[in-house]
Amino acid sequence: MALLSKKDANLIIDPLADNNPITIQVLGICSALAITAELKASLVMALSVIFVLGVGNVVISLIRNIIPSKIRIIVQLIVVATLVIVVDQVLKAFAYELSKTLAVFVGLIITNCIIMGRFEAFALGNGPWKSFLDGIGNALGYGVILIIVGFFRELLGSGTLFGIKVLGDPIAKTGVYAFGYENNGFMIIPPAALIVVGIIIWVQRSRNRALIEEN
Amino acid sequence: MSDKKLTLKKRLHILKHRYRGKKMAPAFNAFHTFLFTPNETTHSGSHVRAVDDLKRTMNTVIMALIPVLLFSFFNTGYQHYAAIDAASGTPRELMLFENFLTWENFWLGFTKVLPLVIVSYGIGLLVEFIFAVIKGHEVEEGYLVTGMLVPLIVPVDTPLWMLAVSVVFGVVIGKEVFGGTGMNILNPALTIRAFLFFAYPTWMSGDKVWVHGAVERAGTADAISGETVLGYLAQNNTSEFTYSVSDMFFGFIPGSVGETSAFLILLGGLFLVFSKIASWRIMLSAVIGSLVMGLIFNGVVEAGWITETSTFYGLMSFDFWKHLIVGGLAFGIVYMATDPVTGSQTNRGKWIYGFLIGFISVMIRVFNPAYPEGVFLAILLMNVFAPTIDHYVIRGNVKRRMKRLKKAVLPVATQEEENLKVETV
Repeated sequence: MALLSKKDANLIIDPLADNNPITIQVLGICSALAITAELKASLVMALSVIFVLGVGNVVISLIRNIIPSKIRIIVQLIVVATLVIVVDQVLKAFAYELSKTLAVFVGLIITNCIIMGRFEAFALGNGPWKSFLDGIGNALGYGVILIIVGFFRELLGSGTLFGIKVLGDPIAKTGVYAFGYENNGFMIIPPAALIVVGIIIWVQRSRNRALIEEN
Repeated sequence: MSDKKLTLKKRLHILKHRYRGKKMAPAFNAFHTFLFTPNETTHSGSHVRAVDDLKRTMNTVIMALIPVLLFSFFNTGYQHYAAIDAASGTPRELMLFENFLTWENFWLGFTKVLPLVIVSYGIGLLVEFIFAVIKGHEVEEGYLVTGMLVPLIVPVDTPLWMLAVSVVFGVVIGKEVFGGTGMNILNPALTIRAFLFFAYPTWMSGDKVWVHGAVERAGTADAISGETVLGYLAQNNTSEFTYSVSDMFFGFIPGSVGETSAFLILLGGLFLVFSKIASWRIMLSAVIGSLVMGLIFNGVVEAGWITETSTFYGLMSFDFWKHLIVGGLAFGIVYMATDPVTGSQTNRGKWIYGFLIGFISVMIRVFNPAYPEGVFLAILLMNVFAPTIDHYVIRGNVKRRMKRLKKAVLPVATQEEENLKVETV
């Protein structure tokens, strides 16, 4: 027997590719541009969003029938803000250096369109289990793109992965640097993330032509 | 008839037919049309016969670039040997035939510049061919000019692999993603230049890269200077700089490979204007724009708002008209700003577009001491705004004509008004 029914499984699988929040819905771009210069920051950001969206979706789903619809946005904001502060404090306590790198962007998870979007579009109309799966799925879809972008930007821009010098030492001229290779300074500035995300969107849509919007 | 008796044209023709409809067809067609005019015409619709197809337009621009390229061979060599002489304490006196147009200079420049040209064309055309095969359309001639412009706007010691990476980026992101030649928003050659600048700034700015050999000799006893005129000015260091106005005008100064000779660029520009390939409106208005900005800065210095202690003093006090003969401004105005695809299309739009290019170029040049050359950024910026400028020029035109029509109001005007709307929009 399957762990999840087919319908439930699709809640997780769809946002990973064919309904990806970043490449298909083009949401949550700001943070994808801002913090993907390093793979580590991308990973932590992805994990934070998985936590906030997974838990947040469940909470909203549980209280969906008692939220007056006129003030639902405020209620949603309070839920996100609480969760984000939890993440922020945990990071400050256990990964202080990293929290300085992520700086304001952990706080800005609140304004990440994906989160409010899932609350509005899914959690308000579905049960807690489905909402949980949907939240995890969308956050994973977001995280996958963040990690792909972070991988290329850190590898090409700094020659490292998770801070490990995989291409050799640029100052001591070891590894590929011995052949005259140099890090690409363009990759560590935010416009590069826009171009990498653009290339992912391009590749994805040329592989699956059904995804191309009518214009 | 045996195979040997067939002419090249015939053989290419047969080859082309054999591959008709196959995946690789565009590649074979490209070779065929590169050498010969295809003997096919369109089969339907109306025809406009013109002598200048895209290929001829492109070739005219390349012809205008040939003198610049030849000059760059000599100048690359000359700057190298002159810098060595200067470093050893015996600065050279420029003598055109004795120490400029020499075989030694030519050979050094030839061996340094030609690889740049080959890499630029080789990689660029490879990308074009790959995209033509993937898309299944004919290879476009768009890269012919870009491929010649790119080696002329980079420093001579740019590593070839960096150039190759940048060319791939520029052609794919600058052109192919928008749908190929004629659809691009940004000038591909400048996209390549901008990518190089932001990706590898140490090879694209500073006081080492502009003269061959200055980078590898840096820090050794044989160190030579590779500073440009603008570089000296940006550091308020006018005492070391010994270039006369005629040196700057004729191009006996360090700089990117082909940007130094304002004289040859001017000739190329006149050639392009008289062959009606490039727009004289853009060139003229860009010159006016840069002069106006230069005059404003000169005025600021005259008025005493800026003293010699200011970081901007060197560039601001530089005579306004000299901005045109140093750095890449002249080259950018003549060969880059006038790109018919990325520039403004309307006549009034061309005036605005050109003026702002000149204006912003000189502004960036003065206010960015870390990198005293802004012409490529100014042109890219205006490339982005060119469609907007055109849009408002056209809307303004429509509005004016509608107003004129209303003034000359006639009882039968309603039908005509409809016609006019169709014509003007």
